[in-house]
Amino acid sequence: MPRVNPIDTEYFKDERKAGDFTVIGTTVQRSDALGHVTGRTEFFEDRTFPDLAHVKIHRSAHHHARIDSVDCSEALKVPGVLRVITHRDVPSNWYVVLRLIGIEPNDEPVLAEDRVLYKGEPIVAVVADSEAAAIEGAARVRVGYTELPAVFDVEEALAPDAPVIKQAGTNYFVYEGHHARRLRFGDVERGFAQSDRIFEWRYSSAPIEHAPTETTGCIVVPQSSGRLLIHSNTQAAFFTLDNTALILDRPFTDLQVKGGTVGGGFGGKVDVMVEPLACIAATLTNRPVKFVYTREEEMQVSSPRAAERIYIKDGVTNDGRILARKVMLYVDAGAYSRHSPYGTTKACAHLPGPYTIPNVYADCHCVYTNRTPSSAMRGFGVTIADFALESQMDRIARALDLDPLQFRLRNAYRDGDLKAHRKVAEGTALIEVIQRAAALVGHELPDEYLALTSTTPRGEKA
Amino acid sequence: MTLLRGRGYASVNYPTGMNLGGDPSQALIHATTMGGFVISLSSVDLGQGLKTVVAQCAAETLGMPMANVIVDTADTDTGPHCMGTFASRGTHRIGNAVIMAAREARDVMLAVAAEELEADADDLETDGTGFVRLKGSPETKIHIQDVTLAAHFKQGRTISGRGIYLKERNYPVPETGEMDPDSCQAHACTVAEVEVDDETGVATVLSLHNAYEVGRALNPAMAAQQVEGGGWMGVSHAVFESTEPYYPASRDHGPVDFCEYLMPGPAEIPVQSSVILERPASNGPFGAKGIGEMTANAPIPAIANAIFDACGVRLTTMPFTPESILRGLDALRA
Repeated sequence: MPRVNPIDTEYFKDERKAGDFTVIGTTVQRSDALGHVTGRTEFFEDRTFPDLAHVKIHRSAHHHARIDSVDCSEALKVPGVLRVITHRDVPSNWYVVLRLIGIEPNDEPVLAEDRVLYKGEPIVAVVADSEAAAIEGAARVRVGYTELPAVFDVEEALAPDAPVIKQAGTNYFVYEGHHARRLRFGDVERGFAQSDRIFEWRYSSAPIEHAPTETTGCIVVPQSSGRLLIHSNTQAAFFTLDNTALILDRPFTDLQVKGGTVGGGFGGKVDVMVEPLACIAATLTNRPVKFVYTREEEMQVSSPRAAERIYIKDGVTNDGRILARKVMLYVDAGAYSRHSPYGTTKACAHLPGPYTIPNVYADCHCVYTNRTPSSAMRGFGVTIADFALESQMDRIARALDLDPLQFRLRNAYRDGDLKAHRKVAEGTALIEVIQRAAALVGHELPDEYLALTSTTPRGEKA
Repeated sequence: MTLLRGRGYASVNYPTGMNLGGDPSQALIHATTMGGFVISLSSVDLGQGLKTVVAQCAAETLGMPMANVIVDTADTDTGPHCMGTFASRGTHRIGNAVIMAAREARDVMLAVAAEELEADADDLETDGTGFVRLKGSPETKIHIQDVTLAAHFKQGRTISGRGIYLKERNYPVPETGEMDPDSCQAHACTVAEVEVDDETGVATVLSLHNAYEVGRALNPAMAAQQVEGGGWMGVSHAVFESTEPYYPASRDHGPVDFCEYLMPGPAEIPVQSSVILERPASNGPFGAKGIGEMTANAPIPAIANAIFDACGVRLTTMPFTPESILRGLDALRA
């Protein structure tokens, strides 16, 4: 199908015209397109090395358990097995990837020590000549457990009688002394009192897999200089390098990351899950080592998009002005922090959605449970919130018998409005995309709504 | 069996850049002997076209054809620091860093050309085809190959530039959540049309109609592809995917492969139409905002709202499975 130019130049004409460009705004062919469609693009796994060894993991069989014993003797008897790696071989075993931006505490072990907090948590890594020997070796590791009570629900995890699963002493991330990332703007209770109608509903989601075509992995090659060369499909080369060096307790200059060709990321390749163990395996065996997730590991062990639970309470006038919005948001971080404390703050920054509401109250909780740790994924903190917020908008419009787009336009934020996190809005264009989408499907809007613009001040008292 | 049709709407915004900032990216650029410009980065192109748009930013700033620009990236020994490809930050952060580097290189390029042409650098311009020429006197010109050869072998100068973009880190006020989280916001409104089979509970997304405001579409076709690729992911999130189908009740039945973890195949891809509006951001590269992540967001509630419009079932838990729709229909009939 021929592709027409998608840009509608009728909007924001005055602001657009500054550009007199030759290359910007033209459709240049994607530089890697031909390589991808002809199969010539080189991914990390396309590199072959003599003596390549392989890493496979023995993982926790329980959601929450004390580890009583670990016996690797049968694994070591498997022909081709070179080494087993336990937490004792990891120089700096406890980490949190976000320590690079100052997030504390280090709450996750690279390999479990005396406890596992989720089913599938890595306990022992097996290095072998072949993938088959590594799989067989990992299967022969014997771990003795004492099962502990597990928590699987975000609100149950916050209940006073819930078993505390985290070393830090709380089943939630602590935001500067608070149990949640807070948003307080105006007086939400007064807003509810001034409203004609109150609408309160609950929304939730299940975890979602990134589902990249290429699973997470790397090949680490010891160099004659003593450095380690990491061929990785990471989304963030230096982020991976820095976190790996901290876990290895080695100078940062000992490592080199080469990547840049990724068969699908979507946030799933910023967790730094494979490089540290592959580096340790390469160092201990002095051989090139490959560690790549199977599809099953990618789907059931690697971080998913967090499940969320969101309660929204809105106070609205009969003519469709939202006066107050209260949001209680729960992110299921699973067993460990990874990127979830950041994502929960991002969720808080996104509230109350792209609407100007004079009274807003939100508590955004980053909650730990005995589930697979969730982490970064395309739009995390926002994607599920948008599902909740925009479902809420549809339901309120229907309850008040208002046109769903007119209701949104009535409340849409504009330039100069003060957002709930106290930043003055600029460069807004919600009104225009709604108007344009309406035109796209022949949804008629009255003239007064077609005349609205994001650059015209709201003209109402806060 | 009845096929019920419905339409649903959703409008959203999305922040550009790592939440609260503090996420720099750098670029270096240098000219080769024969008029090439190598951009050195450590950034990762996930397939979304980062290498292409930053080359466009460099070509535009230098005033040189795209063919003269080479992007060398994702090696931590040869490329300067980049925070990573996430948070809809690539085009904005790296684009800005590349523009800054290219400006510095352009200044040297014009100074070298000025010496060759015996003119003042301020009086020179690029023509976009590979020549540096005298303003108002276009026949007085020199090809970039001759400029870079002169720089290397005659004048002994490096035509090079350094660039970085950093939004300074902001810290939220713990009591109130006061913060400066973003560099700018992009906007979208999506209209979904669905068909619900009231016997099987299957919701089929027939079409998505998207209006996006992206600041500046540096590469219009790739921007539209972002919108429509993300639209596909939104459909998949809405009606197909879950690693824990019975969350939170049970951790069992987790899929382990693509036979069990369902996603839309070619037959389930909706028709899409997409329109892009441009309101350039003051801090964006040529005004561009980041839209990498947001394109999966609006389709999900638009589909939920369309399902309600079609059959009266309000789904409040993702994904919207046939089971949940059938249970909703049963409840309506009860």
